Amino acid sequence: MALLSFERKYRVRGGTLIGGDLFDFWVGPFYVGFFGVVTAIFASLGTALIFYAASQGPTWNPWLISIAPPDLKYGLALAPLKEGGFWQIITVCALVSFVSWALREVEICRKLGMGYHVPVAFGMAIFAYFTLVVIRPVLLGAWHWGFPYGIFSHLDWVSNTGYQYLHFHYNPAHMLAVSFFFTTTLALALHGALVLSAVNPAPIGPAQPGEVKSPEYEDTFFRDLIGYSIGTLGIHRLGLLLALNAGFWSAVCIVISGPLWTRGWPEWWTWWLNLPIWS
Amino acid sequence: MRRITAFALAALAALSLGGCELAHKVSNQYGTRGTGMDQVTVKKVAMAKDEVPPPPYDPPSADGPRAKEQFQNVQVLGDESAEQLSYTMAAMTAWVAPKEGCNYCHNPNNMASDELYTKIVARRMLQMTRNINHNWQDHVGKTGVTCWTCHRGQAVPANHWTMPPAGPNGIIGNRHGQDNPIAATGFSSLPDSSLALYLTGDPKKDQNIRVQATAAHPSPADKTSVMQTENSYAVMVHVSKALGVNCTFCHNTQSFGSWPISTPKRAKAWYGIRMVREANGQYISSLAGVFPAYRKGPMGDPFKVSCATCHQGKNKPMGGYPMAKDYHALWGAPGLYTVPSSFPAPLQAPQPTQPVASAGGAANPAG
Repeated sequence: MALLSFERKYRVRGGTLIGGDLFDFWVGPFYVGFFGVVTAIFASLGTALIFYAASQGPTWNPWLISIAPPDLKYGLALAPLKEGGFWQIITVCALVSFVSWALREVEICRKLGMGYHVPVAFGMAIFAYFTLVVIRPVLLGAWHWGFPYGIFSHLDWVSNTGYQYLHFHYNPAHMLAVSFFFTTTLALALHGALVLSAVNPAPIGPAQPGEVKSPEYEDTFFRDLIGYSIGTLGIHRLGLLLALNAGFWSAVCIVISGPLWTRGWPEWWTWWLNLPIWS
Repeated sequence: MRRITAFALAALAALSLGGCELAHKVSNQYGTRGTGMDQVTVKKVAMAKDEVPPPPYDPPSADGPRAKEQFQNVQVLGDESAEQLSYTMAAMTAWVAPKEGCNYCHNPNNMASDELYTKIVARRMLQMTRNINHNWQDHVGKTGVTCWTCHRGQAVPANHWTMPPAGPNGIIGNRHGQDNPIAATGFSSLPDSSLALYLTGDPKKDQNIRVQATAAHPSPADKTSVMQTENSYAVMVHVSKALGVNCTFCHNTQSFGSWPISTPKRAKAWYGIRMVREANGQYISSLAGVFPAYRKGPMGDPFKVSCATCHQGKNKPMGGYPMAKDYHALWGAPGLYTVPSSFPAPLQAPQPTQPVASAGGAANPAG
């Protein structure tokens, strides 16, 4: 891919966290860096292991392939490869490659002198995955509690894990997470629609396009509509806040299920019923 | 402002932890690895009173003269040995009426008399116990049940239910039989009288619990609606709470109705549900004319059994201790005795051992 003339300005040396100049170069449009190399190695190894583990399983149907965590009896020890060991190694590969990808983002931020908002945001996703496959299993004392790597099987796992608590919709952190996920999509839809409405004005006449509108028009739209506009920068702060909370409360809702609460989630709300005000 | 925020956050953290179970946990795996069919439980036992009373004395011989030769009016246990009869009576007293003693059911001046209604009930319950141990081994196995399994030293088992009264008319204060957080529904908003839809033992009343649709769209043959799933969900929560387990103890929630992916426990439960129906329909309901009003619910039906009556929070009652093995008389054929269709007014009605208002217990769905 040809290097655009202005790109050279941004392709500067330094800013690496580790490895110095060793991998400080680009391959086509992609910055490599030490963490790019680590990501490539572990992502490839993990993917290859998924294919190998699938080859040892009963099916090549892509919907049904599943690489499952070990039985409960193995606790926090290593399991034989075909009895959950593959899952354990693939989990390590996934975590190393995810974290390396985030650190590669950090290096790019440093080169450009930007804030770390993108790696922090990706870090929340990694944190949610880390919670599912490391924090909660460690708290419960067995790698068994991780979720299986398969398209249908991980959905079944989510369903069964929810029904372990009779009715998961009563999980307060799940309520928050779901609300944040929905609000994220609402905010994104409103924001996207608003921006597109400003840059796609109604035509003035035949073959005479309308004038593209400035952000003041966008602000005025929402002031007219609901009396307040959060503003052009503010909407991105809000979007990031909503999205990070969605991931964060997802992690919370699963880590408290088991380690901190074992009964049906509806029963958790008896603290409210039992408040001394009315009980 | 910052101080207030910090204080509020600290209070919130403390409150959040207050809603947690911090005690030591134990884990169980119910399904194949990766299915998520597991359970975490806190080690302590909340619900069940699990100590099993020892036999009143060493079990006597099952040989020797028959009870019907030695005593009068022995209609169910007549083919047991006389010694076994006395032994069983002593055990039953300890299980059901430890304070009141023999006189709870018997006229001390004439032990053979049927003048106390409690004796009619006890005789029918003996048949029910025998029926369960004899015909329902698909559910109770060789462990069997005794009077203690339900009664636990009380004349009225703690976990019973009755038919719900009709709800109020109009919309004010009318919860339409739901949104009432009680123990039987796991404190959810699910319908609170679901047992009355499934476990009466009356084939005209009992619905099929399995309401999962078999096709994508409703058809004249399959009109299951969301309301039925709510009732089904509610009765399944009752089973879960009664056994101290979660849904995955029996089901793979990928498809609740599919037998090949269910655990073997689901078959046990299937028999158990039918056993409960028979206990309510054939045995307890037949005593409707015998029980006095204070032993009946608001709709005039006797106190019925559910899963919770025996299980009391354990997936095997009393941890599966096989106490029935010591009681030969509880294993025979139920026999042909039937309850008299009408019962004369009792000469000497035993007083309630507990106020009627609290007789419902925590798990009474009609409560």
